[in-house]
Amino acid sequence: MSQELWNYLLIGLSFAVYIGIALRSKVASTTEYYVASGGVSSFANGMATAAGWMSAATFISMAGGIAASGYNASRFLMGWTGGFVLLTTLIVPYLRKFGKFTVVDFLGDRFESTTARLVGVVCAIFISMTYIMGQMRGVGLVFARLFEIEVTTGVLIGSAIVFFYASIGGMKGITYTQVAQYIVMVFSYTIPAVFISLLLTGNVIPQLGLIGNYTQDGAEAAVPLLEKLNQLNTELGFARYTEGSLSQLDMFCITAALMCGTAGLPHVIVRFFTVKSVKAVRSSACWTLACIALIYLTAPALGAFARTNFMNEVNESAYTDLPQWFYNWEDRGLIGWVDKNQDGILQHQAGEVFEGRVPEFGTERGPHGERLLTNTLSENENEVYYDRDILVMANPEMAGLPKWVVALVMAGCVAAALSTAAGLLLVLSTSISHDLMKKIIKPNLTDKEEVHYARLASFVSLVIAAYFGINPPSAIVAKTVAFAFGLAASSFFPTILMGIFFKRVNKFGAIAGMVIGIGFTFSYITYFQFFANHSNYWFGISPEGIGFVGMILNFVITTIVSSLTPAPSENIQAMVEEIRVPNGAK
Amino acid sequence: MKEKTAQSAHWHASIRIVIGILGLWFFVSLGCGVLFRDFLDESLPPVGGAPLGFWMAQQGSIISFVLLLILYRFLMNRLDKKHGLEDAV
Repeated sequence: MSQELWNYLLIGLSFAVYIGIALRSKVASTTEYYVASGGVSSFANGMATAAGWMSAATFISMAGGIAASGYNASRFLMGWTGGFVLLTTLIVPYLRKFGKFTVVDFLGDRFESTTARLVGVVCAIFISMTYIMGQMRGVGLVFARLFEIEVTTGVLIGSAIVFFYASIGGMKGITYTQVAQYIVMVFSYTIPAVFISLLLTGNVIPQLGLIGNYTQDGAEAAVPLLEKLNQLNTELGFARYTEGSLSQLDMFCITAALMCGTAGLPHVIVRFFTVKSVKAVRSSACWTLACIALIYLTAPALGAFARTNFMNEVNESAYTDLPQWFYNWEDRGLIGWVDKNQDGILQHQAGEVFEGRVPEFGTERGPHGERLLTNTLSENENEVYYDRDILVMANPEMAGLPKWVVALVMAGCVAAALSTAAGLLLVLSTSISHDLMKKIIKPNLTDKEEVHYARLASFVSLVIAAYFGINPPSAIVAKTVAFAFGLAASSFFPTILMGIFFKRVNKFGAIAGMVIGIGFTFSYITYFQFFANHSNYWFGISPEGIGFVGMILNFVITTIVSSLTPAPSENIQAMVEEIRVPNGAK
Repeated sequence: MKEKTAQSAHWHASIRIVIGILGLWFFVSLGCGVLFRDFLDESLPPVGGAPLGFWMAQQGSIISFVLLLILYRFLMNRLDKKHGLEDAV
């Protein structure tokens, strides 16, 4: 059976399952639409949250990022898992007890203020929108590579599917679809890792392979895999794999900002509103993190394996003797080779092959049959360009795994992109229909009208997201990640936290803190990402990590302003006491 | 009034649990993985073929997070029971 046939079969099968689930869980009431009536088991909710959390970017790019930057990439690993400890101990049990539909509901009620609500709505929409754009792009790219269609068509097909099952099934449909997607993702991530670990280290468990010996040169010549990698890296002029190039302060700030940002992302928080009680929130959070850890613990192994494989197979090989996967990905424009010293052999070393970010291929072929690049070449001796994103997708091919494994990985990529997009879409539409329309603009909206608005809003958001998926403001999409996490870290996380733990904090403090926290973070990121053409960061803190500083600023401002203004009303103080009590959540 | 005292005792005990959990959380991640990484890499025994600090940053911290949440869940559920604040099934 050909590769295409396998791809169609596995992806088609998984789609049939997703749509079938959505049809079975058709909803009518607002409660069901938003939070699935709280009737989802902890384990199912854990898997669903994990699937929603791991986006196409995480799934496709993370292992590639680790492969390329070694220790530096630990900031993502720790940041995106450690955030769940903050989320579970500080935020979600209390918000679940509070018992409303959205995060913005909490801000509006706790601080008795439409302004706080409005600031919250704007943040929620902005964070979700930047996130979802990247997802639609991801769906489009995967489809395009798979079925050899235009990215535009790919984005449109993806949007139609997401809209279909998100708006029909609501939160319940999304939750059960995500359970199925998690299962697809976990298999498609771990199976190739197990095979590759066996090949390189003789160890069945990839995590043990990572700390084990590299045995491909025979048992006598066995050295620890990471040492082998450090050697290869040093020989070719890269930084040692187990040592980072980021400053310690920057590493600290970025990791902390990602952690706090994770704990403030509305589409993650809202997942915990779907379980029955505060007790169920705790076990659901355990399951979520365990499900995420399964993939996050595999990623470093996969990254190290991919890196070793790639350098071993590519460096100092003649172009005509390369394995088939190299030519496949070259044809799709994601690998490129420029024979700078004209010896017909690939030299892979530190440094960029050419000026600029993306390779531009001409139509001609060079003397060895390679695709010629039209970019301006750099001075260094590196001849091999590769797109980091291909490492996960190309890994099974590199290791010569069977075709169905390759197809499974493709199905996993699609599942990752769709599951995150659907969850985000729901938060986005809820923000508009519930937080904005019902609570601010038109308070006498009936339940039924509200669901209509939610569907309309999700349609409009999807059209916008699809538009940007097709015409990405290319430099912007990659940089928006810093925005989403920085803004969540400097707005939602500290404000919600103080709303729960400090009764004395009032609306003036909260609004001032949020506005200044976000304002600072937003300006810093915008200035360095779009206006400054230098990177003389303050104290060497990059835009990725500035959300941490913004968060501290938020804490300080909120505390000072609150202590200078009157305490919140008796009612509010009683409400805060009430949400601290774990039993009786509705 | 009795209910109020139980609630307040529960709240203070739960804050102690949260502080303990987050202390460990900070130590295993930002501590071992970032601040003391050089020391762990150089002066302490490696985990298999991986320097300890590097291993903590890429594997150990994540494993610890999962264990910490399981511990949190256990301690909080026990606390709820002690103060009679758990949900009737």
